[in-house]
Amino acid sequence: MQRETDSPDQLCIAPAQRGLRYTFAAMNVELLPNIRFQPASDQSLLVHFGQEISLETHREIVSFLKLLDANPLRGIVNLHPAYCSVLVRFDALHFTHAEIEQQLAPYLGRLHEFGEPKPRLREISVCYGGDHGADLAEVASLHAISVEEVIRIHCSAEYFVYFLGFVPGFAYLGGLPRELETPRLPSPRKKVPAGSVAIGGNQTGVYPISTPGGWRLIGQTPIKLFRPESEEKSFLAIGDRVRFLPISAQKFDELAAA
Amino acid sequence: MNTIRILKPGACTTVQDLGRPGFGPMGISPSGAADPVSLRIGNRLVGNPENAAALEMTLSGGHFLFSGTTAIAVTGADFSATLRGTRIPSYTSIAVDPGKVLEFGWTANVARCYLCVQGGIDVPEFLGSRSTHLLSGNGGYQGRELRKGDVLNVGPPPSNSRPRQLSGQGHANLVPRKVFRVTEGPQWSMFSESARRSFFGQTYRVSEVADRTGIRLDGQPLELSAGSDMLTEGVALGAIQIPRDGKPIILFVEQQTTGGYPKIANVIAADLFRVGQLRTGDEIHFESVSLETARSLLLRLEAYLSSPELIRE
Repeated sequence: MQRETDSPDQLCIAPAQRGLRYTFAAMNVELLPNIRFQPASDQSLLVHFGQEISLETHREIVSFLKLLDANPLRGIVNLHPAYCSVLVRFDALHFTHAEIEQQLAPYLGRLHEFGEPKPRLREISVCYGGDHGADLAEVASLHAISVEEVIRIHCSAEYFVYFLGFVPGFAYLGGLPRELETPRLPSPRKKVPAGSVAIGGNQTGVYPISTPGGWRLIGQTPIKLFRPESEEKSFLAIGDRVRFLPISAQKFDELAAA
Repeated sequence: MNTIRILKPGACTTVQDLGRPGFGPMGISPSGAADPVSLRIGNRLVGNPENAAALEMTLSGGHFLFSGTTAIAVTGADFSATLRGTRIPSYTSIAVDPGKVLEFGWTANVARCYLCVQGGIDVPEFLGSRSTHLLSGNGGYQGRELRKGDVLNVGPPPSNSRPRQLSGQGHANLVPRKVFRVTEGPQWSMFSESARRSFFGQTYRVSEVADRTGIRLDGQPLELSAGSDMLTEGVALGAIQIPRDGKPIILFVEQQTTGGYPKIANVIAADLFRVGQLRTGDEIHFESVSLETARSLLLRLEAYLSSPELIRE
């Protein structure tokens, strides 16, 4: 069997240089105490960084991605970051879960080397309700408040892009006010219109393209979120701050036509 | 340059190679052939690299006009292919002369048929791959299913292009299976003993909602434990998620990269290509295997695919 030979030696820091917190005896590399591995399939594993959404956990995940980007591991095929975890797809022909965990350990011991990033603010115009947000009335009635109140609350908050996932350019936003938390639909819709602004549990986001989806639709933006022709590919990036601005149906049509 | 003109597209025909892994951080799933085993064998039969782009046809095939001399191989589902009115065998390289029309009919067995052409289908790469990502409208030929009148360019032919065919034993490994082997999903422990028994005990039927993003199964709904709204996390290819209606969805090649429904199990890598051959109405069930067994099955499949005896001249 072919084995990984070019291990990322430059990433291994001697334990004496760091405040020792936790040691995997078999790995001889320290991990942060909050980190846990879990097999997700026979060719992927989840690296859990914590149990609850927090900025600290988010920064650890961003650092992990940066480290892997700067020093790629040959056995790693893909990464799916999320709020508190990263799914690591690996080459299961040449590596076992244990071998990948061992290779990832040095990266996970270096998560606090990056400073705080400077977030940029992105504004997203949204036409709420009607044909643009089929579930707005239901969301309002579930919370026993008016539709206007849902819009006011949704626009009052500043959100934060925890990660991109689900479909190309979809940003998972943190910061949804408690009073708007709404359970997902019992079964996902087969088609959600592109640009739909939606709430699922304690999360909110915008569907960049028409897809199946299980969140409740409250509005729609004319802004194109997935931009495959651009360098970044996406209007929103991990770590951005986001605000929603209410617009009329007429304004929506104008912006969509532009 | 050789071209292929689409005289009739078929139900859903797209350009596919082995996909573009690596863009999970942007929410982009790899796409690629739904049955990569058929694609790889087809490419080997015409002397292409295994990753060359080919046409993936679903349930029904198209009619294709070839501008120049080339060789083709048809793999995967049997769509009753004919060349100038004569039936041609699958899993065999076939010489095609200029002006000839290759016609495909309807599926006689499984869902997807591959047409591999010497030199591969030459469309621009999108993020390092020629595969079509239908969901986002990128890659492949203009990011979409092929239509009547489309003209595809064919790449330069490989140097070694002697006629080849699949060896006799080869076919035995490719027969459709009704049993899909799975490992435990990340939320396995969230399911009750009775839900797990129901999952492995019942026969599921592939529903009408079955495409490259995922396959919904009809059956007895699984009971979900209270508080099954979980934190969104990355999802693996072949993950079997259970939404609140209790009916499983197998996430597939154009899958969502992250999701919030609990995953009870995951189809093993060695059985994923068979998922690509499922049709609405097919009846399947699941069998639990360990990670070690899954790995040895993958190694065995790969040994089979890379063995020199697989293809003979």
